[in-house]
Amino acid sequence: MKQTELIMGMPVIVEIIAADEDASAAIATVFDHFRAVDERFSTYKTDSEISQINRGLPGSQWSAEMKAVLKLCEHTKQATNGYFNIMRNGQRDPSGLVKGWAIQAAADLLLNRQLTNFYIEAGGDIQVDGHNADDEAWRIGIRSPFHRDEVIKIVAVKSQGVATSGTYIRGQHIYDPHQPSARLEDVQSLTVIGPNIYEADRFATAAFAMGRRGIEFIEALPGFEAYMIDASQIATLTSGFGRYVV
Amino acid sequence: MRKTLLSLFIIAAFVGYSFWSRHDENTKVVTPITTDQHAQSPTASSSGTATTATTMATAYKDGSYTGSAADAFYGNIQVKAIISGGKITAVSFLQSPNDRRESIEINQQALPLLEQEALKVQGARVNGVSGATDTSQAFVQSLQSALSQAT
Repeated sequence: MKQTELIMGMPVIVEIIAADEDASAAIATVFDHFRAVDERFSTYKTDSEISQINRGLPGSQWSAEMKAVLKLCEHTKQATNGYFNIMRNGQRDPSGLVKGWAIQAAADLLLNRQLTNFYIEAGGDIQVDGHNADDEAWRIGIRSPFHRDEVIKIVAVKSQGVATSGTYIRGQHIYDPHQPSARLEDVQSLTVIGPNIYEADRFATAAFAMGRRGIEFIEALPGFEAYMIDASQIATLTSGFGRYVV
Repeated sequence: MRKTLLSLFIIAAFVGYSFWSRHDENTKVVTPITTDQHAQSPTASSSGTATTATTMATAYKDGSYTGSAADAFYGNIQVKAIISGGKITAVSFLQSPNDRRESIEINQQALPLLEQEALKVQGARVNGVSGATDTSQAFVQSLQSALSQAT
């Protein structure tokens, strides 16, 4: 059973391979979970806990969930030499970590229900477990940053997270056909396969911010592989990426 | 003058891209979910393409409207729409996601012997697709929020 709902401004897609009644109850629980995360962590909701914190809510009144996420943000900042940083203009914005963390927590909800074959996606970031409806590894496409209806690579994963960082159109940095050499090496997208979506997402976020050195950062991380696409439409693969390619 | 032309080009490209990209994936419904005081849900959106059509057919009140900031994941997109004669005459960017990239120094050193390949479109079936959170979606979200104030 597969269902999609729009939460946190992005499509959340859940597919569970199980009896319909089990799957449908579990999917409802997952959507409830994402809505609760949105209520607590959305910096666009003036009454969310993160907005209250940014207005000065004392630490003693922060929820355990909030404290846990902010601690993870701090750890990630240290693990990425400061490239991952939630402080912007004196305000905390943990959304770069919350999405992966929320998908991971949703996966744990399903595992606790003894559901072991599923696909969870929020806005292009994916956690899978077990097998798909055809009893094979989940087949995940990587979207072209140049033509969003095109898939330019397919990987097969069983119990892993796949996250892509990038911006299809970056403000002033639109490609200039009259100056083909300008910014030609710009990284357009970086897809990371990791042991779970929380890890894949936070390292994809940080590595993307490193520019072309981002893929070297992933290459040096045990258990992670990456696929980087640059503005000249050339992809660079980490040395172990090939084993996932279909 | 060149700057103005460039701005117009960028806006046109962005608007075109946004609507084009919404068209090819009609399951993606763009609904502002923020509770920002300016952001109200636009007309009931049962499908992405229908929302655009409904929104664009409405006659707007003249004025300048600022949309809510929408998350493009690497930063916010926030637009201002100018309505004149009941039509959108200009859309400008108040925020766009380039701050983080700008602050990073890019090391031009060659990569350590990693394999490279040209992109090739894949036709085989997939269970799902991984891609970056769409900035054009954030653009449409902010624009809708601006326009909801103009009706």
